[in-house]
Parts: sequence; C-alpha cells; structure tokens
Amino acid sequence: MSSTDAQPRYRELGLTDHEYELIVTGLGREPGDVELAMLSLMWSEHCAYKHSKKLLSRLPTTGRHVLVGPGENAGAVDVGDGMAIAFKVESHNHPSAVEPFQGAATGVGGILRDIFAVGARPIAVLDSLRFGEVATSQRSRYLLEHAVAGIGHYGNSIGVPTIGGEIYFEPSYEQNCLINAMAVGLAPHARLTSAAAAGPGNLLILFGALTGRDGIGGASVLASAELTDADDSKRPTVQIGDPFAEKKLLECSLELLDAGLLASLQDLGAAGLTSSASEMASKGDVGLDLDVGKVPLREADMEPFEIMVSESQERMLCVVEPHLADQVLAVCEKWEVTATVIGKVTDTHSFRVFKNGELVGELPVPLLVDDCPLYDLEPEAPATTLYVGGEQQVATDADPATTLRALLQSANIASRRVVFEQYDPVVQSRTVCRPEQADAAVLALPVLAAGTGAGGAPIPGIAVSIDGNGRRVAVDPRAGAAEVVYECAANLACTGAEPLGLTNCLNFGNPEKPHVAWQLSEAIDGLAQACRDLDVPVVGGNVSLYNESPDGPILPTPVIGMVGRLPDVRRAGRIGFANPGDRIALVGSFNPSRDGSELAKLHGSAPAGALPDKDVSAIRAAHDRVRQGVRDREFSSAHDIAEGGILVAIAECCIAGGVGAIINLPAGLDPFGEDLGTAFIVSGPTEGLDGLTIIGAVGGRELNVQGLLNVPLSELADLHAAGLSTLLS
Amino acid sequence: MKFGVIRFPGTCDDVDAQLAAARVGEAELLWHRDRDLKGVDAVIVPGGFSYGDYLRAGAIARFAPVMESVVEFAREGGLVLGICNGFQILCESGLLPGALLVNNHLKFVFRQVQLDVVDHNTPFTRTCPPTLSIPVKHTTGRYYAPEPVQVVLRYAPGHNPNGSQDDIAGVVNNAGNVFGLMPHPEHAVDALTGSTDGLAIFESIRAAVSERIPVA
Repeated sequence: MSSTDAQPRYRELGLTDHEYELIVTGLGREPGDVELAMLSLMWSEHCAYKHSKKLLSRLPTTGRHVLVGPGENAGAVDVGDGMAIAFKVESHNHPSAVEPFQGAATGVGGILRDIFAVGARPIAVLDSLRFGEVATSQRSRYLLEHAVAGIGHYGNSIGVPTIGGEIYFEPSYEQNCLINAMAVGLAPHARLTSAAAAGPGNLLILFGALTGRDGIGGASVLASAELTDADDSKRPTVQIGDPFAEKKLLECSLELLDAGLLASLQDLGAAGLTSSASEMASKGDVGLDLDVGKVPLREADMEPFEIMVSESQERMLCVVEPHLADQVLAVCEKWEVTATVIGKVTDTHSFRVFKNGELVGELPVPLLVDDCPLYDLEPEAPATTLYVGGEQQVATDADPATTLRALLQSANIASRRVVFEQYDPVVQSRTVCRPEQADAAVLALPVLAAGTGAGGAPIPGIAVSIDGNGRRVAVDPRAGAAEVVYECAANLACTGAEPLGLTNCLNFGNPEKPHVAWQLSEAIDGLAQACRDLDVPVVGGNVSLYNESPDGPILPTPVIGMVGRLPDVRRAGRIGFANPGDRIALVGSFNPSRDGSELAKLHGSAPAGALPDKDVSAIRAAHDRVRQGVRDREFSSAHDIAEGGILVAIAECCIAGGVGAIINLPAGLDPFGEDLGTAFIVSGPTEGLDGLTIIGAVGGRELNVQGLLNVPLSELADLHAAGLSTLLS
Repeated sequence: MKFGVIRFPGTCDDVDAQLAAARVGEAELLWHRDRDLKGVDAVIVPGGFSYGDYLRAGAIARFAPVMESVVEFAREGGLVLGICNGFQILCESGLLPGALLVNNHLKFVFRQVQLDVVDHNTPFTRTCPPTLSIPVKHTTGRYYAPEPVQVVLRYAPGHNPNGSQDDIAGVVNNAGNVFGLMPHPEHAVDALTGSTDGLAIFESIRAAVSERIPVA
C-alpha cells in the first residue's frame, strides 16, 4: 500500500486525522499496512456504528419472548415447543446501486449466513426495496429489474422461500436505491449458537469458498460514504454471490452444530476475516493468532492485508476444540466444502496476524473492536422540508372514481405480482399465505406433512411482515417511524398473529449533516416509543447511513421487520372478501389526513405538513379486536387501511376476493386520507361484528360507494394488476 | 411401497418431495454419491439447482454415481418421476426425449397454473382428474422436442408460463415408465397451501406399483 502525494493513506481509507491520532496513541506507534487496513474497516461507520450507537441505546431490547437480543449475528425469539425464530434485516444499498444483480444477491446471501451462523435453518426471506420513479427513470427500471433478479437468483437457488416484501418509488432514491433483505430462521433452543470465541488453545477453522480479491474495502469505501457519479469505478468492490456454495455451507454448518462439534460460529460479512475474527475474540474476551498463509486463496499472490479484508462470499469461521477438528473436517468434506485450520484462540487479548509464521500485524482486540470513538450528532430540524414534490398525476378536483383509479394503478399501490412472481414462495413446505393473500406472510412451524394437525390439532405458525414509509417519516420523523411499527403490527393482527419482536434497518442520509441527524434522532425516538406502546422489543438490526447523492439525502427510511406467532395457521386471516352477504366493518379509531399520503404525492405535493395524532390505547384495542376476531373465525377477511386510504383498502379486499361491495362511508370521512396502523376493514356475518362500525356489505360485481362512485370490479382489478407491470415492460 | 428421493448438492425440493411421497407410502432420501437405490419401488428426481446448474440445468447431475443406478432402474421398467430440475436431468440423461430451454421471457417464474391431463393411461396419471392446479417455479422450463413425443400434461389455454412447445408441461418415455414435468406436484398436496391436486400423481404411482411385480 502506498499513499498518494495528495493525502495520507489513512484518509484514503476513510479515517479522520483525529481517529488516526487515537490509533497511534492507543498503539504507541504508527500502524503497519495490515494493521491500518484492519483498523480502517473496524473503525468504519459500517462496522463501528460510530454515528448511531449512542442513539440505538434508546431502543427497548428486552421482553418476555426474547432469547437473543442485539449483538449476535441475529436476534431470536421464543415461539414455544422448544423452538426459536432468529431473524434480522440488513441493507445492501450501495453495492446494489453500483451493481444491482450481485449487490442484491449477496445482500440475501449475507443475511442468510447471519441466520445459520446462530444455528437456525433459514425458512424465509423478505425484502424491502426503494427506487426512483420507474415511470420516468430508465435507470430505476434497470436497477429494479436486476435487483429483483438477483434476489430471486440467490433465494430460489438456495431453496429458501421469498415470502414477502415491499417496494416504493420516490425521486429521492433515484441515485441511491435501497435494498434491504430480511431472513427468518428456525432452530431448537439448544442449537442457538454464539459467535463468542472461547477456550485458549482451541482452533480457528475457516470453511467455505476460497478467498479472492472481491469486495476489498466494501465496508469502508462503499458502505460508509456518499455515492458520487464516479462510483462505476467501484464496481470491483462489489462481491459476487454463489448460492450453490452457500447451500452447501448452510447444510454443512447445521450438520456441524447438530453434531455438537463447534464451540462457536461466525459468518464472514463486511470486512471479512478482520471483522468476524476480531468480533469473535472480543465477545469471548480472548486473543487470536491467525496465519494468512494458511487461508485458501483464489489468487496466489494476494497480500496479507488483502486476505484480511477480502469480502469474498460464502465463508464461515468456527472455533473448535482440537480433538474435534478431524470430525469437523470430515463433515466439511462430505458437503464438498473446503475447510482449513488457520489459527488458534489465545489468552492474550491480542489479535496477531502471521504470514507463514512471520508476524505481520499485532493489534489489541479492544482497540480494534471497542475503541473507535462514538460521535454525538448535532441534530437540527430543517426550517422547511428538504424534499420537493413531483409531477402532478391527478387533478386536485378530480372526481372520486378518477382518483381511486389513479391510486390503484399508481406505482406505489398497484399489484406487486410482476415482482413476486420471480420468487419461489413455497419451497420447504411451510407457506400458508403467499404474497397478496394476506397482510403478512404466514408459515407453519411444523412442516406440512401427512400427520400435521391430525385430528384437528392446532398447527402453530408465524406471521412475518416488513414495512417502511419514507414519505411519512419525511413529514414527521418521530410520528412517521412510530407509524411504521404500528402498521407492521397491524399487518400481523390481520393474520391473527401477536408480535414477538422486530428487527430494523435504519436507512438515512449523511448523519454529519444536522438535518439528517435530526431525522435519525427523531425517528429512533419514535421507534422506541412505538415499541413500548405495543410491547414489541428490538432484537437486532442494521444501520445504513450516507444514503445520499449529489441531489441530496434519501427520504428517511426506517424499515421494520416484525415476527409474530399465531396459534393455528388454519385460521390465518386473509385480505379478500370471501362471502357475498357478509357485512363490512371499520375497526379502530381512524383519523385520516392528506399530508404525506399517496394522494398528496399524485397531486404533486412535497412530503410536508403533519401526521394524524395517535391514540395508543385505541390502536392496541383495535389490533386486539382484529387479532381475536380472526382467531375466533368471526371475520371472513381482515385488511389494514394503509397507503391510499379506506377506499383503496376496500378495493383491495374486493380484488383479492373477486367480489364487489356496497359501502356507505361514515359522514365526513376522507375517502383517501391516511392514518397508518390504526384501522382495519373486516368482513363477516353480522353476529361476529358486534360493537363495530358497519359500513357496508359484500356482494355484486361493482365497488359501489354511496354518493361517491360505482365502478365495475373488473376495471379496478385490471388497473391494479397492470399498474406496475405496464411501467416495467 | 417405498419412494426414493435423490439428493444432489444444490437440490432444494428434496424434503418437499419426500414429505409429499410420504403421504402415500414410505419415502427416503438417496445421496448422489451412492449407487445403492436401497430397494425403492419408485425414484423421484426432485427440483432445485443440482450442482448449482451453472453450466446447463441438469448437465452435471446426469454424471452423478446415483444416476447410473437410476438409468439402469428405468431400463428395467422401474418408475421414475422427474420434477422440474429432475425433468431437466432426465432429459440430459437421455431417459426422456427433448430438452428444457430458458423461458421465453428469460425470467424465473412462480405461478399457480392449470394443467390438462391429456393422457390418463400412464402409471403417473391414472387417478388424476381431468385438470390439475399445481405451481410452476423455474427459469429453464420451455420444453422443446424436434420429434413427436408422448405428452401427458399440457398447460391449459392461457396458462403456458414459459413458451413451451405445444403447451407441453409433462412427457413420458416410449416405455411409459419415466415421467418428467415442470410443475411441482409436491407443492400441491395440502389444502393449506391452496391445492391438493398434486397428490393424485403420487397416488397414481402407488396404485401402479401395487399392481406390478416389483422391479428387481
């Protein structure tokens, strides 16, 4: 490594002068090449969370269902019968903006490794995607098409179902798309595994793919800085995914854990060996000796620093007692997975790197992992909104039928079929509710086999939802972030599930800018409050900052993935109206307004103004009522009122059920205003709707809203089906 | 009766096929490196991405040790069912005519499709109703054969998901004991997943086996 004349090497690697001084002080000398490479990655935003760690401590992380909280590769909650669900969402935004297919594919691969690193078998993938306006942007269409293909390529090939997700299109994501992937895994409690290295003298075994030059500097170069026009040159820092290698790695890892052969297990993600090995050492309060000369390489002439920071995919690191090493290597051989002893655990608290026995770097583990300075943000509310409105797509005085048509075929509301048809949702034989059948995906916990649920015994399951809404968080970061949590929980309630925990991915701009710091700080406070309101702890997550382009920051986009449990998947609630003659009821305290709504967007308005005030006890009561009504089969359908407002929600129930409805809206209720996570549309026989506000009945071939509109269902269904696919074709 | 389900590295729907077959008989997994078929009465080559399918779908799997035994088993009249990647592998192995090409739209597609059973006179379809609702999920499912073939399943009008020649979804060999199809009957065996139509294919196999002298 050589420094240019213009600036010292440490600055090129993303360290500030102040940080470098701290390193020199801590080390008592200047770091060598290998050491500087390792430190620059471990002290990057991506690894050290230096601008967000203090804020994240505000989030509640404990609860009665939590088995593993933040800090491990993935959090885990108890789902009963001795089983645990591990889950986590993570971003792969910048790699995907540079190379969407591989960026998205390796995003899925990385989050899957986090899941099996804790001992869980991945049973589901979900994704949350943001792009610029596909109606007008060729680049956004390209990014969407390739990112979706990449997600499908990895998930489909490895045999993990992609069961849900969400996509929104806004101008602020034009240069900086968001690719967040969430994975869910299932494990017996006893197989849950820690990444903490233990036992001096134990061996460090690297297994999986060969180590190459791909992804070098990804964490510091791509993930911890703003994107610029010159980023095409960073394409070589994006990793290449190999789902076949990961499928073998997955089966091999779970067999090793089932056989009780591992003391600890860790995946290699951002910052490669450097990060995974030093984190294992830090968690175990031990030291490590590691010889890069023993690492199997794809290219023979790699430098020690390159081996230490390579982000080659599909690799795992484990700690093994010496007498079990041969058995570990034999299991790896069975799965045709390369495995090599590359080092050992020591009691020195020092991470020593050798090359064929010669010492090339030595760093105290605490300096690497703990001593990166944490920064206080300087939040400051902007005087006016940072974001502008787009082109007006529907007149503000359009009649209700025209407005409903425009909303149903808008890119943000239209059917996602064109996307989710590229994913396998059924492999592994657990999937009960596929995309568009229910507000959350529903999976049976026991596989669906001959004897499952014999004699009418309940088949317990989980429901999973992922959600985010940048527009509304831009209007009010605190209230908007809370709304995302309410809406995610509302989605679960519609299937009959009770939330157990959530994971979050906080996608924001550059936190060193006061207005972005304000968005981040407010949003975290809102999340924390909503978690307490609904008693749903945060069990893990990820922060993705510096999502900016020369045009400005992205909309502040906290994404929430929530997991809940339902007692019997046979009673899982569905979106679609099912029975002509059923009454339709509104559940919840619904207080809609237009600011930050999809209609405001179609009117060309900027995301500004205020969000509706929330009555938390009313939200809890509405969620409980819907959950119980679904579980008791009082309701034939349940759907939360989300983007687009109450008429869009009712139209979606009609489209999903293939049947019309006659509606009489309560006087004065805005048909297109939004108040997310608070209210629901349910249908069922009258006797099950006791105490609810009846607003209509299921039946006919039209959506007939008294005094507002009467449109054939077939027309609405066609608009909804074609809205997005037309834009992409 | 006993089904054997082949597991290659990269196979994804092996456990699903095993679970489905176990609804009508016994079912066990057969490892790709083993030549021993363990006395099974019928072999299922399941879906997935054997060996990653980076070259051409099924092109590597045909050389697996277990496939030598499957070819021999088929030549002796044993019943062999190939689903999706299994269909591709059977075509690559020469047990079935034709080939599977990349979908005409070049993308992976998952879709619940309607199938017309056009030949009930096979060991795989004898108890099937006239139409089946079964999901497809593949990138390489467009069937092509230059010569006439024995078609068993066709996509119903408007349901062809991949541009397959003459809407062909499944074919048998001339002897009638090897069947390949792109749709996944193992994913349509439980009402909770939306359809039980796929079960008829496994039940047909059981009925056929129970009337035959077992293959040696």
